[in-house]
Amino acid sequence: MNSATQFKPGDRVTVKFQDRPGHLRTPWYIRGKSGWIEQVHGEFRNPESLAFGHDGLPKKTLYLVAFNQSDVWGRTAAPKDKLLVDIYEHWLESSAQERGVLSHE
Amino acid sequence: MARGHHDIGGLPGAGPIDQSEHTLSDWEILADAVNQALGARGVKRTDEMRRAREEMDSAAYRDMTYYERWIASIEAILIEKKILTKEEIDRKLSQFESEWGEP
Amino acid sequence: MSDAGNVEHGHDHPKHELSHYGKRIYAIRDLLIEKGVITEKDIQCQIEYQEARSPANGANLVARAWGDAAFKGRLIADPKSACAEMGIDATAINEFVVLENTESVRHMVVCTLCSCYPRPILGRPPDWYKSFNYRQRAVVDPRSVMREFGLNLPDDVEVRVHDSTADIRYLILPLRPKGTENWSEADLAKLVTRDSMIGVMDPLDAIPE
Repeated sequence: MNSATQFKPGDRVTVKFQDRPGHLRTPWYIRGKSGWIEQVHGEFRNPESLAFGHDGLPKKTLYLVAFNQSDVWGRTAAPKDKLLVDIYEHWLESSAQERGVLSHE
Repeated sequence: MARGHHDIGGLPGAGPIDQSEHTLSDWEILADAVNQALGARGVKRTDEMRRAREEMDSAAYRDMTYYERWIASIEAILIEKKILTKEEIDRKLSQFESEWGEP
Repeated sequence: MSDAGNVEHGHDHPKHELSHYGKRIYAIRDLLIEKGVITEKDIQCQIEYQEARSPANGANLVARAWGDAAFKGRLIADPKSACAEMGIDATAINEFVVLENTESVRHMVVCTLCSCYPRPILGRPPDWYKSFNYRQRAVVDPRSVMREFGLNLPDDVEVRVHDSTADIRYLILPLRPKGTENWSEADLAKLVTRDSMIGVMDPLDAIPE
């Protein structure tokens, strides 16, 4: 019934930079940033639609996406530190960038 | 469009974390319980309440306390769903105020 | 300390001194009951449900996990079932994830967009967790937040900050303090602070007798 899960753990992804009205649960600071899939949480009703009294269907796949802190903020963070955000599939696209390149931006 | 007033992760200018805690007042406990009761009865969804807070006036969002924002969003959603009207809330409140006395 | 039983009648404090919204919730409540949208019993049940929830639930889970490796495994693999084993009702949580701290990794949880928190386990979040300052700083400089709570970590410890943006609710399983071998669960639970289960600090140290 639902489309196959698009990403799997380890996949490199970039958060889409969308700026549209509505109830969006992808924080501004992570839009446009690149990281990797840490875990597939499963399918949930879409909060963007629930927020307006709709049923939130079809369910969307939710992922735990990990980022290097240094890649998110463009500054020197403790090199091992990570930021992890629960992000819906429709906000993610495959990232072609290599991890090494990201760290030097 | 711009980032919402609630979407504050990473914004600069934040100060120290105030670790003091306050015992909830009766009206805050009531706000919490009314919110949960409305959810349990399927009257509203958590995401509708969040959206109402996101749609608030931004200055009000920053100035109101946590439970004041909850009450504002409860009211907004109940009015949006035509369960209550602002006028009847105002009327009921006037009635209470005459019972409670002037400040 | 507010008397939950008197909330509905509110005879105990000067209502005319309440703020605009503080007063309005009483009007909203009465109208909702008059119209049959909710009942007085609904409200009382919610008050009691919330009063029954506190960090003690989390501390008991953690203390058992520290002492019982098999339970720890179950807690991490299926937290809601592990809660049920201990008579803790976690059914209101849609998805529950337990994050284990180790010598080399510390986790911290925040909800930058609002105040998502594992309320069915820990009760209501502390004011600071809901504050703008925490929501702004936790994702960008977690170590400075931890320092304010007394936790200083070297760079070779990995700090993993979770922004709880969806239906997943996170609980930190803190690192067991040294010198607590053979301690009872009850004594271990006393070391598990609420703030250590959010991740801004480690649990209390074991004070030698």
